[in-house]
Amino acid sequence: MSTESEASKITPAAPGWDFPGSRAGLGAAVAWTRRNLFSSPFNTVLTVLVGLFLAWALPAMFRWAVLNATVTGATRAACGGEGACWTFIQVRLPLFFVGRYPPDERWRVLAALVALIGFCIPVLREGHVRHRGIWFALLFTACPAIVGVLLLGGVFGLPYVDTSLWGGLMIDVVVSFVTVAGAIPLGILLALGRRSQLSVIRGLSIAYIELWRGVPLLTVLFMSAVIVPLLMPNGVTADRLLRAMIAMVLFNAAYMAEVVRGGLQGVPEGQEEAAATLGLRWWQMQALVVLPQALRIVLPGIVNTVVDLFKDVTLITIIGLSDLLGVVNQALKDPAWLGMAREGYAFAAFVFFVCCYLMSSYSRRLERRLNRGHAH
Amino acid sequence: MSAALVAAAGLWMGAGSAWAQVSSPTLDAVKKRGQLICGIDTGIPGYAYQDSSGEWQGLDVSLCRAIADAVVGSPKKVKYIGLTSKERFSVLKSGEIDVLIRDSEHSFLRNTALGLELPAVNFFTGQTFMVRKNLGVGHLKELNGATICVLTGTTLETNIADYNRANGIEIKTLLFEKPEEAFAAADSGRCDGYTDDGGSVAAARSTMKTPADWIFIPETIGGLQPIGPLTRGGDEAWTRLVRWVHYSMLEAEVLGITKANADQMAQNPSNPDVRRFFGLEGDFGKLLGVDNEWAKRIVKDIGNYGEVYEASFGAKGLGLPRGMNNLYDKGGLQTLPTWH
Repeated sequence: MSTESEASKITPAAPGWDFPGSRAGLGAAVAWTRRNLFSSPFNTVLTVLVGLFLAWALPAMFRWAVLNATVTGATRAACGGEGACWTFIQVRLPLFFVGRYPPDERWRVLAALVALIGFCIPVLREGHVRHRGIWFALLFTACPAIVGVLLLGGVFGLPYVDTSLWGGLMIDVVVSFVTVAGAIPLGILLALGRRSQLSVIRGLSIAYIELWRGVPLLTVLFMSAVIVPLLMPNGVTADRLLRAMIAMVLFNAAYMAEVVRGGLQGVPEGQEEAAATLGLRWWQMQALVVLPQALRIVLPGIVNTVVDLFKDVTLITIIGLSDLLGVVNQALKDPAWLGMAREGYAFAAFVFFVCCYLMSSYSRRLERRLNRGHAH
Repeated sequence: MSAALVAAAGLWMGAGSAWAQVSSPTLDAVKKRGQLICGIDTGIPGYAYQDSSGEWQGLDVSLCRAIADAVVGSPKKVKYIGLTSKERFSVLKSGEIDVLIRDSEHSFLRNTALGLELPAVNFFTGQTFMVRKNLGVGHLKELNGATICVLTGTTLETNIADYNRANGIEIKTLLFEKPEEAFAAADSGRCDGYTDDGGSVAAARSTMKTPADWIFIPETIGGLQPIGPLTRGGDEAWTRLVRWVHYSMLEAEVLGITKANADQMAQNPSNPDVRRFFGLEGDFGKLLGVDNEWAKRIVKDIGNYGEVYEASFGAKGLGLPRGMNNLYDKGGLQTLPTWH
């Protein structure tokens, strides 16, 4: 009850953030400005300071990135003057997206992307989707199989492409997807384990979660790159990318577990009791009654974790794998294109921003929809 | 001495048995795999970098290619593993890579404490200076009073202080945390020069607005840094192979064999050295555990050391003069045992 009244206090402010242009009239715009930018002396000062900063920074950035920029040509000689040299980005665009994946096989990356998007749409679409559960299951079973076959090859007449040739944004997406697909189920199990009545399972779950949450991701990645090969029998090596993926899954499962646990705590105890009176066994109770409600509550939290881990994937450059940022770093070392750091990093930032913004705006829509569903 | 001669003669004659005597787990693994796994830098101008089509290029990469060419017969059969400086030695020791060619300095502790072998030096360097051409300075001692941009947290600064003290001059330093900041400062005229190891200075020079306005000072300070490949200890035959692959590129340069003239030079040469190099005489390939045309392939596919240097560090690359990396008879340090 109290949460609902709090929510009603907050919501009226939200529509005010609608873009002023959406309502006709100058008056509305002035009112919007006054309400959102000059509502108090403190806010007025902030607005003025931010405005001054933007007035100082934006024109210079615009001049650099757009007005004086070079976009044509194929060599560094094409770039002169003070502007950005986007030619550098354009020449290396395929590298930034798929790394050293053989040019003749690049269509497979595209096909894999189409498959991934195809499986994602029915799961993520708003409104009623028939058999969403089945699509959800397929996204984490059939989809990785198809994508894996396409990218790796070695079967069905597709030439084998070693993971040492993978790179660029493709690695970010693949590693993020595998991490999500692995960390969510593992996280759910750990969250359930942490609430278990059985002290051994509870103890092990707590130990796992706290251990992985207490270690920096960098350390985990280093362990996967440096220690694991030493422990393996001579001559046996596990793929570097695979090791990094496993490390990411194990690490993020601990965070997922805590997010899911938050959801489990939000499900009223009566639900479990009611399920028990119906004669459901523990697993049935969790799978049919508790988890569907808990996951619904924490869906925005899960998406938030996904956005975080997507950005964390860039850390794999520290173990020599080249994700988008890694490929950009490599590109900066080409003697024919030295001194392109600003362009390279600006491009990487832009791509990451677009990806993360899409994810978080989806999360916000989802949250709004879930809240609406809650209110009725 | 005479025992060695007898042994050598024995090997010379018993070609078949010589082949059998080359036993190397790494060499066998590479042959079986049909591919060399080479640990390289994740990206550094000169040594190892990707061109705009994504192909690995550079001095270190060329050595990877040459080894693959000798062992499995193609310079393309290399899997490159980009390694950061923190993980490189443990990855080599774990057996994940066959050889580490990652702009790594050869040192006492790496040889002894880490138990790694140092087959050959493919790049000699030392703390190098570049200065503005219009200073009119040709030697280090003439830099008295000049200001040099330097990175902090390295021995670069102490080396300059030591040099100042020893020579009673005053080279001033301006410290920077990041290379990019130091480059920008040098370019904008806040200092008269920049110093780092040879390869890094050459890279810095090519980021300048007008690289031709900057010249390298021939002298280096702070001692010699020998940089080259490293192999795991306990596999002498493999270490020997890596060593002689480097030497073969030097020998080609000594004999005047280049990528372009290799085929022509191989046509019935009269010079016994050239005959041995191309495998027309002797069993040099078999003694290394590879076929007899290994050196011919290397020079045909990759070129001699001078050509590789030109493309990576030299005129076609970063513009760093050969200097110490010249052959012994041209005032450099690159030398090799006789091909007998």
